[in-house]
Amino acid sequence: MRHVLSALVQNVPGVLAHISGMLASRGYNIESLAVGETESPELSRMTFVIQGDDAVLEQVRKQLEKIVTVVRVVDISSQDFVERDLMLLKVAAPDGEKRHAVKQLIEIFRGKIVDVGPRELMVEISGQEQKINAFIDLIRPLGISELARTGRIALVRSGSKVDDEDEAPASN
Amino acid sequence: MADSTTGSQTNVMSGADIVIQSLVNHGVEVVFAYPGGASMPLHQSLTAYRDKIRTILPRHEQGGAFAAQGLARCTGRPGVCMATSGPGATNLVTAIADAKLDSVPLIALTGQVPTRVIGSDAFQETPIIEVCRGITKHHYLVTDVEDVARVMREAFHIATTGRPGPVIVDLPKDIQLAQTVPDFDAPMTLPGYHVQERRARPEQISQVAAAIKRSKRPMIYAGGGIIASEASEELRTLVKKTGIPVTMTVMGLGSFPNADPLSLDMLGMHGSVYANYAVDQCDLLLALGVRFDDRVTGKVSEFAKHAKIVHIDVDASEINKNKPTHIPVVSDVRYALTELNKIVEAPDDLSGWHEQITRWKTEEPFKYNADYPDILPQMAIDVLCQVTAERDPVITVGVGQHQMWAAQFYKFRSPRTFLSSSGLGTMGFGLPAAMGVQAAFPERLVIDIDGDGSLQINIQEFATCFCEKLPVKVFLLNNQHLGMVVQWEDRFHAGNRAHTYLGPVDDPEATGKGDGRGPEKRYPDFVAIAKGYGAGAAYVREKADLRDAITEMIDYPGPFVLDVEVPYMEHVLPMIPSGMTVRELIKE
Repeated sequence: MRHVLSALVQNVPGVLAHISGMLASRGYNIESLAVGETESPELSRMTFVIQGDDAVLEQVRKQLEKIVTVVRVVDISSQDFVERDLMLLKVAAPDGEKRHAVKQLIEIFRGKIVDVGPRELMVEISGQEQKINAFIDLIRPLGISELARTGRIALVRSGSKVDDEDEAPASN
Repeated sequence: MADSTTGSQTNVMSGADIVIQSLVNHGVEVVFAYPGGASMPLHQSLTAYRDKIRTILPRHEQGGAFAAQGLARCTGRPGVCMATSGPGATNLVTAIADAKLDSVPLIALTGQVPTRVIGSDAFQETPIIEVCRGITKHHYLVTDVEDVARVMREAFHIATTGRPGPVIVDLPKDIQLAQTVPDFDAPMTLPGYHVQERRARPEQISQVAAAIKRSKRPMIYAGGGIIASEASEELRTLVKKTGIPVTMTVMGLGSFPNADPLSLDMLGMHGSVYANYAVDQCDLLLALGVRFDDRVTGKVSEFAKHAKIVHIDVDASEINKNKPTHIPVVSDVRYALTELNKIVEAPDDLSGWHEQITRWKTEEPFKYNADYPDILPQMAIDVLCQVTAERDPVITVGVGQHQMWAAQFYKFRSPRTFLSSSGLGTMGFGLPAAMGVQAAFPERLVIDIDGDGSLQINIQEFATCFCEKLPVKVFLLNNQHLGMVVQWEDRFHAGNRAHTYLGPVDDPEATGKGDGRGPEKRYPDFVAIAKGYGAGAAYVREKADLRDAITEMIDYPGPFVLDVEVPYMEHVLPMIPSGMTVRELIKE
């Protein structure tokens, strides 16, 4: 099963090394790990995507919570949450027919062209993991030269579920 | 922290002075410290505080760290060791990892190269915090003198609360020398550390009480958590109220008296036949301050297979880690038992269960061949126990056969009297640990039951014992071999000797062609070594001389080694081979 864990950690040196070391030494497989600042300068948020049964998830969560600098861990996949992944990608797009096809795909996926070169475009695209993956699958035959992803970040929704049109292409 | 509001608080102090004043504030009376370039300011400060803190100079940093552990394990107070940067710090690593696995409150202070050269591969620079992340409860690299007082406060708090463990504080030399006006009461910033929440809820306690009331064949499986949380009295009360028999892990020995009819002694790989039978047959297992270690459970899916399992532990991550639990209780064990004792009722009728257990105990006790013409190691410990038990000694051990025989044949009465490197299994633990105990209790009888392999791993600490006037007694069961590995060679490798003989390589024993005793000329000459260090020493090989030799040892005013010659073909029994079950238990 796929789980998304969200951890608030103290923003001090060595926390990422500590956490990734713990996960590696205990043999847990992490699909994605994203780290960034939060609304508070004292805290960072780490978002983990983990494959495993409930027993594995329970251990990962407890072992994370045991780390002194980890303030709180929530399994947000048990709640209603929004999840995003940001990707930058360079795709071959020479003038003419091919460039047109690329631009059409970008438009369908609500991506943005952030840099234009003579033979390549750089695309920014964000959304759920499945959407990003679908985009990659479709654009790969056209020739990806470089790709970078942030890893998944996620937050629990405040109220009832809002209709998020951005999720539409991938979550159907 | 009332005593910290001293006059010194308003003065400008160096980082090193703040560290040492913090030790004083936290009641530290003894520090085991080996100096070097990067820790000299700390040592200079220690001399200024010599009326409050005794600094003991070990002969190896690992010895110092195990001595600090010995002090911590026998008192329950944090042990403090100190080393310089680089090799000094890395020499602490084994003892830090050991403290983590056995949940020992240890504060390790290391000097570090000055902050301006950190990361430049400077002389004696090691990124010791990186090395120690996975083997400490927490760790600090201090980069601002303003943080020193707070970090020291946090270090003591973390090491001693919840599940205790080691904390390392790495102190660059320039931070030790920098000056500031410290605030010893600075608030801790530990938003992720919530020990106060770890208390059983009333409904959990009622659930446990109900399970006990309904049980027909209940067992208590008591571990180091009972000792760490000072719950020995509460455990005894629980047994008195309910009649539930108790078995202990190596870490739990002493939490319940071996002599009590309801004690089933140690369980697990080399535990008693009766304890392993009882756990296999029980219908309720109260697992108290334990972690279902593989040396206890064997094949974990078969362990206590018919039992409902109650697991009480202060560390939430231990619950369901190795064995699924029916009634999980995250709590300080002492708190949980205190609450439980208020409402618990005895199960209706345990007489059949008690009879069964008594039968097992009578039929298959720990045993050895009492007719053997010379001294067997088991007999040596048996006699040692008879001669010394009344003096309430603290026993430390190395790791191997002698450790297991000590756990089987020495009868413990109270907690913190049997100190063993149990989780990490570090050979060389015994002598330095005994040294730490002796420093904490100068008047007490402290005996290191050791093997000739283990003793040599920290043998340099004889010098510390002599020079610091720590009269520890080493009861050396000398079989000239790495006995436990020999035992496994005999059992699982057709007796093929693979580097387990500790004498010269051209002796027949080196290739497994010995006579079972070893050559007449023993190697090394432990009596000469001990005397070279200034300790008393004697050698004994005749059964008839053993008692007198032990008396000579305990009456000797200084450190003493009694070199007891024992054969090397003895096996620690019973034995459940690794990963197997009680059905594969070897008795002969």
